[in-house]
Amino acid sequence: MIQSRFDWRQAVKIGLVGGVIGVLLSLIGMVETFHQRHIISGVITMGQTLLLLVVMFISYLAARRTTRPGPFWALASSLIAGLMVGVLLALLVIVGSLINLRAVLINASPTLYEILTFKQGTQAGALLLLAGGALFGGLAGLFYLLPGLSRRVIITALGVVVMAGVVQDLLRITFTAWGPLAILNQWLFTPNGLTIPGAASLFILSAAITYFWAQKGSALQTGLRRLPPAARRTLRVVGFLLLVALLPALPHILGLFLSEVLTIVGLYVLMGLGLNIVLGFAGLFDLGYVAFFAIGAYTMAILTSPELGFFHLTFWEALPFAILAGVIAGVLLGIPVLNMRGDYLAIVTLGFGEIVRILALSDFLRPWLGGAQGIAKIPKAFIGGFEFAGPQQIYYLLLAGCLLAGFISLRLKDSRLGRAWMAVREDEDVAQAMGINLVTTKLLAFATGAAFSALGGAIFASKLTSVYPHSFSVMISINVVSLIIVGGMGSIPGVIAGAIALVGLPELLREFAEYRLLVYGAALVVMMLTRPEGLMPEARRRLELRGAEAEARE
Amino acid sequence: MLRQFMARVRVTDVLMWLIGGALVILIVVGSTATLATGRYTSRHWFDFVIFGLAQGSIYALIAMGYTMVYGVLRMINFAHSEVFMSGPYTAYYVAAALNASGFLDRQPILSLLIIFAVAMATSTTIAVLLERIAYRPLRAAPRLIPLITAIGASFFLQYTFRGLYGSGFQAYPVVKMLEGEWWIGAFRILKIQVVVILAAALLMAALYTFVQRTRIGKAIRAVSEDKAVAALMGIDIDQMIATTFVIGGMSAGAAGVLYALMFKQVHFYMGFIPGIKAFTAAVLGGIGNIPGAMLGGIFLGIFESLGPILFLDGLGVVAPYQLKDAIAFTMLVLVLIFRPTGILGERLAVKKA
Repeated sequence: MIQSRFDWRQAVKIGLVGGVIGVLLSLIGMVETFHQRHIISGVITMGQTLLLLVVMFISYLAARRTTRPGPFWALASSLIAGLMVGVLLALLVIVGSLINLRAVLINASPTLYEILTFKQGTQAGALLLLAGGALFGGLAGLFYLLPGLSRRVIITALGVVVMAGVVQDLLRITFTAWGPLAILNQWLFTPNGLTIPGAASLFILSAAITYFWAQKGSALQTGLRRLPPAARRTLRVVGFLLLVALLPALPHILGLFLSEVLTIVGLYVLMGLGLNIVLGFAGLFDLGYVAFFAIGAYTMAILTSPELGFFHLTFWEALPFAILAGVIAGVLLGIPVLNMRGDYLAIVTLGFGEIVRILALSDFLRPWLGGAQGIAKIPKAFIGGFEFAGPQQIYYLLLAGCLLAGFISLRLKDSRLGRAWMAVREDEDVAQAMGINLVTTKLLAFATGAAFSALGGAIFASKLTSVYPHSFSVMISINVVSLIIVGGMGSIPGVIAGAIALVGLPELLREFAEYRLLVYGAALVVMMLTRPEGLMPEARRRLELRGAEAEARE
Repeated sequence: MLRQFMARVRVTDVLMWLIGGALVILIVVGSTATLATGRYTSRHWFDFVIFGLAQGSIYALIAMGYTMVYGVLRMINFAHSEVFMSGPYTAYYVAAALNASGFLDRQPILSLLIIFAVAMATSTTIAVLLERIAYRPLRAAPRLIPLITAIGASFFLQYTFRGLYGSGFQAYPVVKMLEGEWWIGAFRILKIQVVVILAAALLMAALYTFVQRTRIGKAIRAVSEDKAVAALMGIDIDQMIATTFVIGGMSAGAAGVLYALMFKQVHFYMGFIPGIKAFTAAVLGGIGNIPGAMLGGIFLGIFESLGPILFLDGLGVVAPYQLKDAIAFTMLVLVLIFRPTGILGERLAVKKA
C-alpha cells in the first residue's frame, strides 16, 4: 500500500476557514453578547464556548480529513487547524490594537479584545490565543482518536451541560415554580450560570445515561420489535393517549412565558399545516401565504371590533366568515396562477401577499381597514363563562385548531384528492393525462391551505385584540415555507418539528434576538446542504431525495 | 361552432380574462379621469418618467444578475438582494473617509470610480462566495432546495452585515458634482438622475456586449442552453457559472452605488425591496432573457413612478403613491395572465421549470 503524503496544506486551509468563522463571530458581536452569560459560573461564558466550539469542530474536521492514516497524522492535522484558528484570532487582536477598526466595524470594541486576550494585553493575549488554539485543536484530535462509544458519550454529556447553560433562565423559572425542584435549582444554578458541582453532576449523569442507553438501548428496541403486532399497537395507542392527555395540561405545567411561546408555535403549526397542503402535497410554491393569514385576521377584526362599528359579532359568529374569506381569497389567487409554475408562481404569490399588506396599510382603505394604526379592541373569545384571555387559554383555541387541521391533513393525505395533489406535485402533465382535473385539484389545494391560515389569522386577531399591517410581512411567509422544508416537505409531524425548531427555539432565546435571524439563515443553509429532506421527512420524499443521490453515485 | 368553442374554453380562463379586462378598464378609466382633471402638467409627467427611468435602470441592472443566474442554474438567487446591499454598504465607509478628507470634493470623478470599484469588488466577492459555498454543492438537488438555501443565505448575509456595520441608516456623502439640475426648455432634470440613467445604460451595454460577443459570453450562453452538451464541447461549467456570478455581482454592486447616490442612504435591509422589484422585472421581461431583464426593469420603474398618480388619482384614491408597490405587483400579475412567459420570454418556463 502506498503511503499517501501528509497534506499539511489541507489542515491549514480548514483551519483558516475556522479562523474566518471565529473572526466573523467576534466582529458581528456574537462573542461579546454571549459573553454576558456564563455557562458554568465563573469558569466559562457562552461567548468563549462559542469560539471553543468553532476550534474543536474545525480541528475535529481536520483530523477526520487527514490524507495520511495513523493517529499521529490525525493529531498533527487537528493541531495545525486549531493553531490556524488561533492565528487568525490573534491577528484580529493585533490589527485591532494597531488601527481603530471600530470606525467601520461597530462590534470591534475594547471588550471584545479583552475577551479574546483573557485580559492579558495584546502580546500575551495573542500568544495565549495561539497556545489555546493549538491546545484545544489537539484535544479535538485526541477526541477523534477515541473509540466511537466514548465519543458519543462525551459529546452528549457536553451537549447537555451547554444546553442547560444556554436555557438556564427557562429552567430556573420552571424549577422555581415546582416546589420540590426548587432545591435542585439552588444546587444547579447560580444567578448566572451553572455551579461547578452542578455542571459536573449533570455531565456525569447524562454521560451515564447515554452509556447505558448505548449498551441496553438496542436490546430494548429489538425486544419491542419482537412483541406481537397486537401488543405493539396497544403500546402505540397508549403512548398516543398519554400524549393527548398531556397536551391540555401543557400550559399549566409550563407557566405563562412558555405558554406564550407555545401559542406562537401553535400559530405557525396551523399555518404550516395549511401551507403543507399547498406546497408539501400539491407542490405549488406559494410565497404569499401570509395574505390568507392577514385576510383571516382582518375579517375577524372588521366583523367584531366596535372601533369600526360596522358589525358587532362575537368571535364564534365571525370565525366562519373569516375562514370563508380565506377560502375565497385562496380561489381568487388560485385562478390567475393556474397556468404558472415554479418560480413564476413563487413571485406572483409573493406579490399577492405584498398587495394585501400594502392595501391594508394604505390611507385609501383606512376607513375600512384602519390604515397603519390597524384595528384595535377586538374582543376575546368566550365559551360560556370561560374567556380565552391570556396565552394559557388561547392555547386551547390553537390546540383545537391544530388538531382539526392535523386531522384534516392526515385524512386528506391518502384520500383520492391527496393522491391527486401528489401526482400534480410530481408531474403536472402526467397527472393531467391520468385524468386529474388540474383546475379543481389546484384550487382545492389553495382553498384548503388558505382556510387553515385564515383560521390561524382569526385566532391571532383575538389573541392580540388588535391587527396591524406590520404583523403581516413577507417574512412570515418565508418563515412558514422554511419551517415546512426544515421539518420535511409533506410530512405532518415535520411541520410540528419545524415549527418548534424554527419558531419555538429562537423565541426561547429572545435576548439573543439580534442574532436570531442570522443563526436561522445559517441553519437553513447548513440544513439544505447536509440534510435536504428535513428533520422528519415524509417517506416518499426521502426516497426521492436520497434515491436520486444513490442513482447519481452509480 | 359555438359549442366547440365553449368546450375549449374553461370557466377559469373566462374568469381570468374578466379579471384582466376589469383591471385594464380600471387603468383606462383612471388614466382618462386623471388627465381630465388637468391637475398635472406635462412637466409633472416628465418628472415622473425621468424618475421612473432612473429607478428602472437600477432595477434593470439588478435584474441582469437574477436573470443570468436563472439562465445557468434555473434558480432564483434570492440572496441577490444582499449581493446588491453589500457593495454600497461597504463602499459607504470608503466614501465617508474620502468625504472627510476632502478628496471627494477635490477629485469627484476619481472618488466615484474608487467607490464604484470597492462596491463592485465587495458584491462580486459575496456573489462568488455564495455560489461556491451555498449553491455549488446543490447543483443536482431538486429545485426547491437551492431556493431555500438562497433564502437562508439572504438572512444570513443581511444580519451578518447588520452585525458588522450596525443596524442604523447611514447617510451617503453628497457628491456636489451630482447635485443640482439641468433645464431642457421648460423641463427640469436632476443631474443625479441623468447620471444614473447613463451609467446604468453604459454598464448594461457593456455587459450585453460581453455576453453576446466574447468567447466567455458565448460559453455562458451555451451553459444556460444545455449544461451537458456545453461540458462535452469542452466548456468548464463550474468556471462559467462562477463567471456568471461575477457578472451578476458586478452589476449588482454598481446598481447599489447608483441606488445609494440617488436615495442617499444605506442600510442592511436596503436590498430587500429593490431585490424583489428587480426579480419582478426579470420575470416581467421573461426570466433567463437578458434584454428582457433590461426592458422589464425600465418598464417596471416607469410604471411604478407613473402608475399611482395616473391610474388612481383620477379615481379619487387617497394618497395613491402608497400603492405603488401594489401597482407594480398587479402589473406583474396582469402581464403573466396575458403573456405567461413575460414580455420577451420564450416558452421556456413550461417544461424546464
